[in-house]
Amino acid sequence: MRYYSEDHEWIVVEGNVATIGISEYAANELGDITYVELPAEGDDVTIGDTLGVVESVKAASDIYSPLSGTVSAVNENLEDEPNLVNDSPEDKGWICRISGFDSSELDDMMSEDAYQKFLKEIS
Amino acid sequence: MVADQVFNTPLQACHESLGAKMVPFAGWNMPVQYQEGIIAEHTHCRNHAALFDICHMGEFKVNGVGALDALDRIFARPVFNQPIGVCRYNFLLNDDGKVMDDLIVYRLDEEEFFIVVNAGTRYSDAERIKSQLPACITFEDVSDQTAKLDLQGPESAEVLAAAGIDVAELPRYFRWGRIELNGTPILISRTGYTGELGFELYFDAAKAVDMWNYLLSFEQVKPVGLGARDTLRLEVGYALYGHELDAQHTPLDAGYGPMLKIDDNPDRNFTGKAALVASSPEWKLAAIALEGRRAARAGADIIVNERVIGVVTSGAFAPSVGNSVAMGYIKSDSKTGIGDTVELSAGRATLTGTVTELPFYKDGSVRKKL
Repeated sequence: MRYYSEDHEWIVVEGNVATIGISEYAANELGDITYVELPAEGDDVTIGDTLGVVESVKAASDIYSPLSGTVSAVNENLEDEPNLVNDSPEDKGWICRISGFDSSELDDMMSEDAYQKFLKEIS
Repeated sequence: MVADQVFNTPLQACHESLGAKMVPFAGWNMPVQYQEGIIAEHTHCRNHAALFDICHMGEFKVNGVGALDALDRIFARPVFNQPIGVCRYNFLLNDDGKVMDDLIVYRLDEEEFFIVVNAGTRYSDAERIKSQLPACITFEDVSDQTAKLDLQGPESAEVLAAAGIDVAELPRYFRWGRIELNGTPILISRTGYTGELGFELYFDAAKAVDMWNYLLSFEQVKPVGLGARDTLRLEVGYALYGHELDAQHTPLDAGYGPMLKIDDNPDRNFTGKAALVASSPEWKLAAIALEGRRAARAGADIIVNERVIGVVTSGAFAPSVGNSVAMGYIKSDSKTGIGDTVELSAGRATLTGTVTELPFYKDGSVRKKL
């Protein structure tokens, strides 16, 4: 099951680990991504904290943490290939993994269907 | 936000049908990119031929006996010795010697001129120029009836050749000529804003859609938006009005002093000269090559030894360089110069760069012999 936030992050949970990235919609809106600032493994983050920054040719956008927990992995491939976020935003372009979160935090997230509806409302 | 009126160029529908992302720019609704994206468009212009809709920019015609002398007093660079057939990059200054606009003056005939100005300064430029022209000289703002398309890239001359133009007849660098393309008379200059071989085409705005579609029919040509136009110009260090040039800085601050030939023409007078001669430059424009891909944006501090010595005016990832680059103003009394390391603020991060010579991208075809 894939969850989405109103800030256009996606979350996939496996066991007690959540993989986080930015949605295809967000990647398309940003355009060509030229740099991704990743969090550090071991960082403790709270919902709404800045997890990192995605830069496109024209702009820089913060990635907000959709969960509270500890960063357990980062996608180091993005350091050399930030365009993975454009080419495969919801798979190979993942940003980081967070563990130790409270699964009740997922209750506020949208399902894929709800997110698609949300996108229609804001466009 | 005030709901200002936003203008569309004659090519609005063409952009939409190509899937362009439209953004407001200088009061105009303009394509920032098409479907392939800024980096692909940038690279296409460096390698093939790019077509830009530049209909938003302003064009003026000035003519009448005395126009040469009058314009020589209005613009900062000499006009009096500009040959017919030549285009000359020039500056409109205020009384304090600060830059109201950068523009290109085309000398069409003895006393006949065509002036190409930025979109955002069109009306203030027109007022400023008219206010300084003698009544016997005609000034006409022809922007609305003039289409401007830029064809830029190393293959741009091949495209014109394929369109039946004799390449030997094309104007040389910073010169203009007249051709007929797809049945339409065109004023063409070998000028541009990309660092590549290229041409700027001026013609009847009613023919804009036909000409756009005609030029896109050549296999070398793709439409390119303002996003790539900005990275292309930044990589070769061309100034953008509102960033490197503005009413807070003089052309001397921006490094254009030698172009003005003030010492060579001691008797020549022009608006803003007294202020320029009396002042010493407070700023110097610097080019900074960053170490990584992350960009420092306009407004970022330039820092040396924990002291802010300047501010970034433009910054972006430079696709043909592979790293980010920036331009910015550094206090002229700072000792920082070519080869020195500086730090740039980028949000929470501090980035490292080296002050360098322009252009950042050195392999452009702009001066290619045809």
